[in-house]
Amino acid sequence: MDFSFSEEQQLLRDSVTRFIRQDYAFETRQKTVTSSEPFNRDYWKTFAELGWLLVPFSEDDGGLGGSAVDLMVVMEEFGKGMVVEPLLASAILAGGLIAESGSAAQKSDWLTPLMEGNLQLAFAFAEPQRRFDLGNVATTAQPDGEDFLLSGHKTVVLNGGAADTLVVSVCTDVTTPESISLLLVDASAPGLTRTSYKTVDGHNAAEVYFDKVRVPRANLLGAEGKALPAIEKVIDRATVAICAEAVGAMESALEKTVEYSKTRKQFGVPIATFQALQHRMADMFIECQQARSILMMAAMQLDGSDGVAPRAVSAAKSRIGKAARKVGQEAVQIHGGIGVTDELDVAHLFKRLTSIQYLFGSTDYHTQRFIRA
Amino acid sequence: MNDYRGKPKVNNEYTPEEQQFRNEVRQFLKDQLPEDIRRKTLLGMHLEKEECVRWQKILYRQGWAAVNWPQEHGGTGWTATQKNIFETECALAGAPEVIPFGMKMVAPVIFTFGKEEQKQRFLPDILASNVWWCQGYSEPNAGSDLASLKTTAYRDGDHYVVNGTKTWTTLAQYADWIFCLVRTGGPQEKNQTAISFLLIDMHSPGISLSPILTLDGYREVNEVHFDNVRVPAENRIGEEGKGWTYAKVLLTHERTNIARVAHSRCQLQRARQLAEETADGNGTLMENPAFAQKFAEIEIELLALEYTELRTLDAIRTGQAPGPESSILKIKGTELAQSIDELHAEIAACGGLPYVPWQLEDDFDGDRVGTDSAVNSWLRYFNNRKSSIYGGSNEIQKNIICKAVLGL
Repeated sequence: MDFSFSEEQQLLRDSVTRFIRQDYAFETRQKTVTSSEPFNRDYWKTFAELGWLLVPFSEDDGGLGGSAVDLMVVMEEFGKGMVVEPLLASAILAGGLIAESGSAAQKSDWLTPLMEGNLQLAFAFAEPQRRFDLGNVATTAQPDGEDFLLSGHKTVVLNGGAADTLVVSVCTDVTTPESISLLLVDASAPGLTRTSYKTVDGHNAAEVYFDKVRVPRANLLGAEGKALPAIEKVIDRATVAICAEAVGAMESALEKTVEYSKTRKQFGVPIATFQALQHRMADMFIECQQARSILMMAAMQLDGSDGVAPRAVSAAKSRIGKAARKVGQEAVQIHGGIGVTDELDVAHLFKRLTSIQYLFGSTDYHTQRFIRA
Repeated sequence: MNDYRGKPKVNNEYTPEEQQFRNEVRQFLKDQLPEDIRRKTLLGMHLEKEECVRWQKILYRQGWAAVNWPQEHGGTGWTATQKNIFETECALAGAPEVIPFGMKMVAPVIFTFGKEEQKQRFLPDILASNVWWCQGYSEPNAGSDLASLKTTAYRDGDHYVVNGTKTWTTLAQYADWIFCLVRTGGPQEKNQTAISFLLIDMHSPGISLSPILTLDGYREVNEVHFDNVRVPAENRIGEEGKGWTYAKVLLTHERTNIARVAHSRCQLQRARQLAEETADGNGTLMENPAFAQKFAEIEIELLALEYTELRTLDAIRTGQAPGPESSILKIKGTELAQSIDELHAEIAACGGLPYVPWQLEDDFDGDRVGTDSAVNSWLRYFNNRKSSIYGGSNEIQKNIICKAVLGL
């Protein structure tokens, strides 16, 4: 066992920290969030230049190794800065599926431009009739000669409005609903329509509708009907990534709350002197530490080889979901009135922490999955 | 473009050496752990003095008595991972926890702040479990506000004369020695200069005990009265008036030990077994969704705590003393142990009502009531309410976090 980061991981962390501090002030972020652009495309170029888009991928695929611990390092810092550029949606989710299941040709067609910063991807998997069950897919892909005809509705597709290509989970054989496949679909294909929007936490997403969209069989990612294990694996990695993001966001919320309590005066004294508030901040600190511990456990387990990752990932998501709720709500409460205003960064940390609680399965869902695993 | 490529360092896999070490520990426990001690420990019963000492001497002969000491004094010199493996295997096998007062509390103070003669005089007997130590910190009017302690020690030639009362002194009835915080300065003097750390022979004239029964009916703690007890000045650790500083170091060590992750893991595993054997409706208690949910949340908290402990041990290994973060281990460790005890009480349900602790003893041959685990579960639940109170109450730990970590 080893808990110390390598020199390379330290460098990576320093590089992200520096960017957040110098270029990603809250006011700058809010300009992006309130603009009509899905995110800041110049920053995406910067990510490519700094090599961060290589982090999720193995050396064989042209990346830097793709360890969960490396991802954790980046995402934690992203969490502190509330970064809205779609590393998660584009690279970790959609890119992750191509890396996991794609042929060499598919990787060079889609992964290479992604890593260079020239391609946006999204993974369209959520559907309105389901909550968190990855195996419940109503979008169909009917074989039609050398093509498939895609029909259905994907909801809250992260980065869905900005994506050039979508990785879509589909059912190619309605008689066996558990046989799920993945298709690479050009976002400008005829029959595909999108409604783009911003999410409550400043990210971008879209509703995507498919009406007999023609997709060549060559765009099948991995074997037909056998995609569920790959999807579960990639979602597990993405889950650890947002857990790391939550740990960063919680630490930032705690730090800002402590600072505020030292400056805000009521009854003639800083509110930090009240024990009723002190102990709540101590509880927030403990939550942050327990969250960090279980995050490290899950990331290490994901990088290890003994095959118990789903259980570890669900343990982490369940525990961190609980911590995120508590730390987010307490940060707002201790700030008082200013805490429920749009101008305060802590309110936005709270909103992002709330979405992380539900993304890829709620706290209760993961507790149940932990029990079953 | 930056290149961050490198060998992944952070990992939780056991090296071949660590796996071999684990096998060695398992084999040792299989060969050497006495069955009677194992049975009582797994039931969560209190052990007799003889049983504690017998087991600790077995550890001593193996060279594994002092997990946290430096090697020069007979410690194991183990890494954080090895300590974790050892504690986990011991708990799962049903080995009792080492009585902490000598081995884990006073010894670090002696080897950190003591004179060479003191180290030579006291450490070997602690290591070999030849002497039993107890702790003289709390007083009837000095609980959470420990520094307000009033036991006095005035200098008379080459002796101190000690007067006062210590309380909550665990197993003082077995003890040969007590380590005490005493007031050598005046009542107005600051704690940082008024308190000294004395080692006192429990067989000295003027010491008497009043037993205190805990709510489970066990004589676990005592009041210790000092009536003009003469203590050689050479038994003072470090400088006169600096005792508070040494005590705080000891308290930090104490808190780290209080987490008891391995013990909790063993008790949780046992709770699962019991819940799987307990009928509930048409199935077992473990199949009851409300119980299963509660159980899973505790299990997940334990995983987090285990890694918090590993991170703390790793920080100690890399040269940082256990800092205020050890307060987290104290708070979460005791909360978790209490919630597991409560789970056991819930599994037993009304089977925990009969008060028949004597039937748990090895030599009991009367009519039995219920099961031993049920009979003992409520007693343990009641008894362990102490853990969020002792060692600095959990509220005091939060004060420490606020002051030392958050700067409040």
